[in-house]
Amino acid sequence: MKGTGIRMLIGGVVALTVVPAWIGLYNNYVQFLITLIGINVILAASLNLINGYMGEFSVGHAAFMGVGAYTCSLLTVWLLTQDAVFGAPVLAPALSLVIFPATLVIGGVAAAVFSLLVAVPSFRTRGDYLAIITLAVNFIFKSMVENIGSIGGPRGFMGMGSVISAMNRILPAPWLMIWTLLASILTLYVIHNFVNSTLGKGVVAIRDDEIAAEVMTVDTRRLKMIVFLLGCGLAGVAGGLHAHLLGFINPASYFILQSVMVLVMVYLGGMGSLSGSVVSAIGFTLLLEFLRPMGVVRWVAIPLLLILLMLFRPTGLMGDRELPDVFPRLRRYFPSPEDTLMEEAGVEA
Amino acid sequence: MGWETFLQHVLNGMQLGSFLALIAVGYTMVYGVLLLINFAHGDVFMVGAYGGMFIGLFLLGAYDMHLPFGLPAWTILPLTILLTMVVTSAVGVTIERVAYRPLRRKGANRLYLVITALMFGLLLEHANLAVLGARDRQFPDLFAKRTFDLGGVSVTNVRILVIVISFVAMGLVGYLVQRTRWGMAMRAISYDRLAAPLMGISVDRVIVGTFVVGACLAALAGVMYGTAFPILRYDMGLLVGWQAFIAAVLGGIGSIRGAVVGGYLLGFIQVLVVASPLPSTFRDLITFSILMAILVLRPTGLFGVARRTKV
Repeated sequence: MKGTGIRMLIGGVVALTVVPAWIGLYNNYVQFLITLIGINVILAASLNLINGYMGEFSVGHAAFMGVGAYTCSLLTVWLLTQDAVFGAPVLAPALSLVIFPATLVIGGVAAAVFSLLVAVPSFRTRGDYLAIITLAVNFIFKSMVENIGSIGGPRGFMGMGSVISAMNRILPAPWLMIWTLLASILTLYVIHNFVNSTLGKGVVAIRDDEIAAEVMTVDTRRLKMIVFLLGCGLAGVAGGLHAHLLGFINPASYFILQSVMVLVMVYLGGMGSLSGSVVSAIGFTLLLEFLRPMGVVRWVAIPLLLILLMLFRPTGLMGDRELPDVFPRLRRYFPSPEDTLMEEAGVEA
Repeated sequence: MGWETFLQHVLNGMQLGSFLALIAVGYTMVYGVLLLINFAHGDVFMVGAYGGMFIGLFLLGAYDMHLPFGLPAWTILPLTILLTMVVTSAVGVTIERVAYRPLRRKGANRLYLVITALMFGLLLEHANLAVLGARDRQFPDLFAKRTFDLGGVSVTNVRILVIVISFVAMGLVGYLVQRTRWGMAMRAISYDRLAAPLMGISVDRVIVGTFVVGACLAALAGVMYGTAFPILRYDMGLLVGWQAFIAAVLGGIGSIRGAVVGGYLLGFIQVLVVASPLPSTFRDLITFSILMAILVLRPTGLFGVARRTKV
C-alpha cells in the first residue's frame, strides 16, 4: 500500500475542485479562489527552492512572475483574439486549447531568460547581493513596462478574458483551473524530485556550507544558476496563469508587495519544506480572502500576525520538515525517498 | 546647458542626495553591526516626516490644544526636529526590542529577521494608511521660506539649510563613530561579534544605540524632506526609503562613508536623468540599471570591503 497516498491525494484534489466546478457546483468566486491557491502554490514552491532549499534570498519573484504574465498574455492575445493593439487573431481561436499551455511554457522560458540577467552578476558573490539585485529587478521590471506605451504602459494590458472564453466555446470546462492544477502538481513533482536527486542534493549542501559543498565537488556556481532559472521559470508560468485569471494586468501588480506576499508564504511554511509551502499558500490565500472585509486594516493585521508568528515560531510552521515528518502516521502513505531506499535494501524502519 | 542651469542641477542633486545620504547611513549602520538589512528603516523615515508634521503643527498652535505660551519663531524648527527624533527613536528601539532582539536570542536564521523587518515596514505603512487615510498631507512651514537670486541661480534658504544640516549631522555621526568610546564599541562589534562581549562591551546596549542614531537621522531627513517637499504620502517610506537603501548599497553597505557618497551619487544621477532629454519616467529604470552595473563591476559597492570567510 506504500506510495498510494500521492495518487489518492491528487485524486482527492481533483474530485474536490475540478469535478464540482465542471458540473457547476462552484460559483465563479470559489473557482477564482481555487485557481488563485494553485497559482500561489506554484509561486511559494518555486521561491522555496531558491530561498529555502538553497538558502539564497531572492525578493524579486513578482518581477519574474510579471515577465511570464506579460509574455504569455501578449502571445495569447496576439495569436488568438481580436484585439485593438494586435488586430485580428493570427491563428484560429479553435487552437486555443493547444496554444494556451504552449504560451504558458514560453512565458516560463521568458522569465527564466530574464532571470539570467540577475543570475550572471549576482552569483559571483554570496550573501545579501542577490537580495539587493532582485530588489532592483522589481523596480527595473516595473519601470521598463511602464515605459513601453504600446503594451499599455502604466495603464496595463487586457484582453485575456476572451482567450478563456475561446477555450470555453470549444468545450465548456473550468480550463484555467485545470491548467493551474496541472501546473502546480507538475511544479511540486519537479521540485520534489529535483531536491532529492543527486544533482539536487547539492542545493541543500550549498545552503548548509557553500565552501564544504564546493570541496565535495558540487559545481556551486552552475547549480545556483540551474536552481535560480528553474525557480524563476516556474514563477513565469504562475504569472501567465495569474494574468489569465485576472484578465487584466498592470506593472504595479507585479511589484514589491506581490514579492513580499510570496516571501511570506515561503517563510510561513518553513524554509526547505515543500509541503509547508503548499499548506501556507493555501492558508495564506484563504486568510487574505477572509480578512478582505477589513479593508485597509487587513494589511495591518497580516504583518502583525506574521511578526507574532516569527516571534513564537521562528522557523515557520514546518521548519524544514515535511508533513510526514510531523505526522509519522502519514509515512505509510507518503514514504520519503530515504524510506524507499531502506525498503529496497530490506531494512525494517 | 548654461552654467546657471548646471549649478541649479548641482544644488538639486545636493539636496536630494542629502536626504538619501541621511537615510542610507541608518541602513548601513544597522547592517554594519547586525548584518541585517533593516527594511523597516524607510518607514521610520516616513514616521519622521509625519511625526514632524504633527509636532510642527502643534508647536505652531494649529490645534485646539496648544502650548500656553507662544514660542519664538526660530525655536520651532530645532524643537520639531528634536521631538521628532524622540518619536522615531522610540519606534526604532521598539522594533529592535520587540522583534529583532528576541529573534536574535533564539538564534533564528538571519533571513527570518529580514522578513520581520519587511513586515514591520508594511505594518507601519499600512497603519498610517488605516489611521490617517489615503489623503496626502500638507507639511507646515516651520520657518519663513525665502528665495535668493544669485546671478541666475535661484537658491532657497530651505535648500541651503538642508545641505548644511545634513553635513553637520553626518559630521557628528562620523565623530561619534570614529572618536567616542561608544563608536569604538560599535566598530568592534562590527569587526568581531563574538570577541566584543569578551572585551566587556555590552552588545545589546550598543545595538540599541545604533538604532537610536539611525532613527534620529531618519527623523532629521523626514522633517527636512517635509520642509522641502511639503506633500506627504503614506507610501513615501517605500518611495524614498528604497532609494536610500540602494544608495547604501552603491557605497558599499556597512560603510558609513560609502553610504554618504552613495546617497549624493544617487541624488546626482537622479537629477541628471530628470534634467536630460529622456522622459523622467525613465528615472527608476536608469537608477537601478546603474546599480546593477556597479554591482557587476564592484560587488561590494564603492567603499565596501569583502568580508573574508574563514574555513
